[in-house]
Amino acid sequence: MIWRISWRNIWRNKVRSLTVMMAIAIGLTGGIFLTGLMNGMSAQQANDAISLEISHVQIHHRLFADNLSAQFLIEDVAGKLEVIRKDERVRAFCSRTKAQAIASTATTGAGIIISGIVPEMEKEVTTIYSKIVEGSYFEKENKSASIVIGQKLAHKLKAGLGNKIVVTLQSLNGEMSYALFRVGGIYKTSNTRFDEMNVFVKSDDLNPVLGIDPSQTNEIAMLTASHEAAIPVAASLKSSFDKLSVENWRELRPLLVVISAMTDQFGFWLIVIILLALIFGIINTMLMVILERKHELGMLMAIGMNKKRVFKMILLETTMLSLSGGLVGLFFSILLMGIFGQTGINFAAWAEGLEAIGYSSFVYPFVSARFYLIITILVIITAIIASLWPTRKALKLNPAEAVRSE
Amino acid sequence: MNVIETKDLYKIYNSTQVPVHAVNGINLIIKKGEFTAIVGPSGCGKTTLLNLIGGLDSPTEGKVFVSGNDLCSLKSTRLIDFRMHNIGFVFQSFNLIPVLTVKENIEFIMQLQGRSRTECNQRVDELLEAIGLPDKKNHRPNQLSGGQQQRVSVARALASKPQFILADEPTANLDSKATNELLELMEKLNQEEEMTFIFSTHDERVMKKARRLVSLDDGKIIKDLSL
Repeated sequence: MIWRISWRNIWRNKVRSLTVMMAIAIGLTGGIFLTGLMNGMSAQQANDAISLEISHVQIHHRLFADNLSAQFLIEDVAGKLEVIRKDERVRAFCSRTKAQAIASTATTGAGIIISGIVPEMEKEVTTIYSKIVEGSYFEKENKSASIVIGQKLAHKLKAGLGNKIVVTLQSLNGEMSYALFRVGGIYKTSNTRFDEMNVFVKSDDLNPVLGIDPSQTNEIAMLTASHEAAIPVAASLKSSFDKLSVENWRELRPLLVVISAMTDQFGFWLIVIILLALIFGIINTMLMVILERKHELGMLMAIGMNKKRVFKMILLETTMLSLSGGLVGLFFSILLMGIFGQTGINFAAWAEGLEAIGYSSFVYPFVSARFYLIITILVIITAIIASLWPTRKALKLNPAEAVRSE
Repeated sequence: MNVIETKDLYKIYNSTQVPVHAVNGINLIIKKGEFTAIVGPSGCGKTTLLNLIGGLDSPTEGKVFVSGNDLCSLKSTRLIDFRMHNIGFVFQSFNLIPVLTVKENIEFIMQLQGRSRTECNQRVDELLEAIGLPDKKNHRPNQLSGGQQQRVSVARALASKPQFILADEPTANLDSKATNELLELMEKLNQEEEMTFIFSTHDERVMKKARRLVSLDDGKIIKDLSL
């Protein structure tokens, strides 16, 4: 019966209750949507980093990561790839030779990282091929070797499609070597710093310049069934290749993990702050309710409602009021996430700035089911806190006086 | 059997500079089945006396016994429970719960008492029949006239099967037709169910129906007439 009274009491003053509910709903929707946007941005960043650069798991010589020098090699590549191929959790893999170099055109030069790849294998692992904006991804056979460069670097070097680029690097025997490439393709990702630094050539063209044997390589990269699956795969490969460095994407880019954790925290505190502000609105409403129903509360206490039941009644009313607003907010949030999670939101106006720090300008917001659950619990806690003061006020009423008050 | 007994009852309010003796040494015994009106001018202490007897207020001095239980010795939670099980209240301004239907208002206390659903339903039907409003079962209080609302509040007071019913100026907000109907109802319940009624009033019509008139002035009993 107390549940029924509490619920019906909410609708005694519809306008007032709806106002509170709308405040909660709008506050929560705003908070959830912002959190969703931040989640979307950080997930996008992680996905882009994985699909373009780091993949799920990478294998290197133990010293390679320290100075990116081509001399730290993985031997017996075919044998290693065979072991990886047998692991069913691995979706795709490829090997690359990698070196620091200087790319020069007739006008200028720039420091770069050059990757010697096998295009067919690389396409399975990274998505650079889908980011080509001019030319192609090693599809046309030219007289001179092809190089695929980022748009940002192309602008910097003032190099267009078909132009020559000279790459200067140190071969394994310590000599400076030069190689001539023609720009065969220009790509553009959502990370301009990546575009500025990374160029791709066929490993068959790069290895002889470096003096690397076909049985050797610098990097093996692979994709696993999911982001999470990378962790156990890396662990088991670590034991298979105990002399090499095997790292999962979290180890390769700890920053991605930090950003994601920070986003989670940020979202949580954003909602806490919004709810904290809403508490005062709810308290105000409930105090007005107590004031208006002094008479009725006095009567209830006179005829036998004890303090526990009065507390329960006010607590329930506050919780139902807040939770109704909360559920409306959750409904709108899920709706918005559903729509924009599919279509994405285009921050084209800020694309340049966002891409400079590695974020895509196209964001697909999302929040986890766990986050919705946390919010529901937070709303209930808010309601409990908000009901304490009004309840205290109600319990202080003297039934004899309250009944006679008009 | 004594339903109510007060011994040297005093209630002194110190809210102003001069202490007010709202109840000033009242000794009163009310037996089962009485139909008693407490009368007197405004401010004579009628309501204070009813509040003390009903356990809504505590005396400055003296004792109140309800069926032999000393109300002053009960802690507040026990007192609320005691009120729920033993005392029925009818208020001047009806005081029904506006969000509940007539039926729900009547069964509210029974539910607090933890009675079974079948028992509640049966008692509600009985009481609605007794107050002559069986067809208003699912109406909300604001759909009823003042007289009808007061009859429902009598039914609510009776629902918990109390020892007695305290009615503080029950007819003050009623017209003469509704007053008569209410008095007839209370009289009928008094005679048929031997329910003890104590009401405060300064309504002549009520006084005429009462079988005992306790007149107060300045917090003291100045006349106690059995009619």
